[in-house]
Amino acid sequence: MSLAAEARPVARADTKPLLEVRGLKMHFPITEGIIARRKIGDVKAVDGVNLTIGRGETLGLVGESGCGKTTMGRCILRLETPTEGAILYDGIDIATLDRRSLVALRRRIQVIFQDPYSSLNPRQKVGAILAEPMKVHGIEPDAKRREAKVRELLRTCGLNPNFADRYPHEMSGGQRQRVGIARALAVDPEFIVCDEAVSALDVSIQAQIINLLEDLREKFNLTYLFIAHDLSVVRHLCQRVAVMYLGHVVELASCDEVFDNPLHPYTRALLAAVPVPDPTVEADRSFQPLPGEVPSPINPPAGCVFHPRCPLAVESCRQVIPELRELRPGHWVACSQVT
Amino acid sequence: MPPLLEVRNLRTEFRTGAGVVRAVNDVSYSVDPGETVAVVGESGSGKSVGALSILRLIPNPPGKVVGGEVIFAGRDLMKFSDAEMRHVRGGEIGMVFQEPMTSLNPVLSIGRQITEMIEQHRGGDRAAADKRALELLGLVGIADPQRRLKQYPHQLSGGMRQRVMIAIALACEPKLIIADEPTTALDVTIQAQILELMQRLTQQLGVALIVITHNLGIVARYAHRVNVMYAGRIVESGPAAAIYHTPHHPYTMALLKSVPRLDRPRQARLDPIEGQPPDLTRLDRGCPFRPRCRFAVEACAVSMPPLAPAGASGQLAACFRSSELSLEAGYAA
Repeated sequence: MSLAAEARPVARADTKPLLEVRGLKMHFPITEGIIARRKIGDVKAVDGVNLTIGRGETLGLVGESGCGKTTMGRCILRLETPTEGAILYDGIDIATLDRRSLVALRRRIQVIFQDPYSSLNPRQKVGAILAEPMKVHGIEPDAKRREAKVRELLRTCGLNPNFADRYPHEMSGGQRQRVGIARALAVDPEFIVCDEAVSALDVSIQAQIINLLEDLREKFNLTYLFIAHDLSVVRHLCQRVAVMYLGHVVELASCDEVFDNPLHPYTRALLAAVPVPDPTVEADRSFQPLPGEVPSPINPPAGCVFHPRCPLAVESCRQVIPELRELRPGHWVACSQVT
Repeated sequence: MPPLLEVRNLRTEFRTGAGVVRAVNDVSYSVDPGETVAVVGESGSGKSVGALSILRLIPNPPGKVVGGEVIFAGRDLMKFSDAEMRHVRGGEIGMVFQEPMTSLNPVLSIGRQITEMIEQHRGGDRAAADKRALELLGLVGIADPQRRLKQYPHQLSGGMRQRVMIAIALACEPKLIIADEPTTALDVTIQAQILELMQRLTQQLGVALIVITHNLGIVARYAHRVNVMYAGRIVESGPAAAIYHTPHHPYTMALLKSVPRLDRPRQARLDPIEGQPPDLTRLDRGCPFRPRCRFAVEACAVSMPPLAPAGASGQLAACFRSSELSLEAGYAA
């Protein structure tokens, strides 16, 4: 297709990132009153995030509920319009794009959601679910060829092509998630946001879907933003990892660095909290669970947002917001106390 | 010492439009006083229904316990009257469920929910119950318990609500607590707080614990013994270390191999269990894991292998080929 050729510049041999997020803030206003709505505060879901994703790379975004990882993904998809900052995708700023250009861009950026039960239309057959994005973007206008492509997609995602005639409720959770993946692939995207894409699945099925995501990445040269709370899955699938806490990226490094040599006290606590499936290892491992809970993003603590729970916190942490610093080559940490 | 709880040949069915679902299919196991037993399995394996059957909390219709005995402290709970059963639930057996928001009453204060439990089971005056409630909140590590007693569930965070659930479960000094996915809804740092708390309290107070979970890491850290369930049956059972280091059932082996692990070097590729779990309305005489099993032989289609001793570490496995499999696994850690 000529359109595809236009929309997708040939991969350049430079190191320019495919996606660059600069100073991203997403504040959701809290309002009060029924007739005259007054703004009484902000939920600071994402509060000044910088990161980059290279072409063909998989970046993991980890953190606990409310840390802003899903909001980050939604901003990149422009399902939310950011309050501040820029999201440069191949040089185009997604944050300020008009509607028409946005539709064109969404052909290149797709999403796989967590819950395959609520993200597929229960009244549509699988074939129609997969054909719809092709219609929207004018891919395969010929109905026969579109149908053939639907079957091809199903096969690519490890499903029997006959599933095109089924409804989502006739399928298991793992099969539905394969349909969700096939739908994302229907428009030949180059970048996919996977928002907790394997979290709702049982472990035996989860491994199948992880392998599928890896195969597809290789086959179609895809770039993933992999949002998840399961650290062992992120370690398996990603090349680099960003750890988020209360709207901030606190640590950003290669996967091996984050897991073998974590520097930020929050990352350390997060890793220590995950029990490993080996009773002998666990019997010898003692750890102190991180005290307290994540504070409200409406009134985040001053200074470093992690200081109320941090074992290393000193007086200055209450006032000064730590910048992300490159402590080792490619290993960025937002903590004034680690060196 | 006799076991605290002995489940014998328990069977629970649900009558649905699609047919009879055999959710729990001939399950037998025991729990000793003070012991922590984990029940692991995937969705639909019968782990929750099994626990609810013990407490006789299966909604009828569509569900029904159709066979078996549940001997608790020497008496068969299946023969108890409804009134006697109400006395057992929350009294001798405490319960902690997955979603603390739906298992707490939203219109009663935290304090009232604890004292109600104490008054129901222990009688006594309000002042004594209030004092005990305060003591319990302190025990489960809630700061400023005096103020929290007057608050309502929506004013507490998820982790705090689960602490309240634990306080209620402990209120009448039970001998056994059944916890169904107690931390699945919680974040990992809060999960660690809750599990460490449950372990400390059950040890300190000598309470036995049945913890139902799908998380293999939690089982490894907190359980003494493990029951692995698949399609309504226990397929392997034994001491936690034995199950993890020398699994004797192909499903247990496959399950352990399919998870990515933080404590091992990164694998090139995961080793999933291919296929889907079976449709519980269409089970035949054979082993339900057979269609996904790499070791299946003809005998597996003819009858269900019994849960029999396997290996030297004191575990039981329901597999005709368990003796051949142990070495193939290569789990010598």
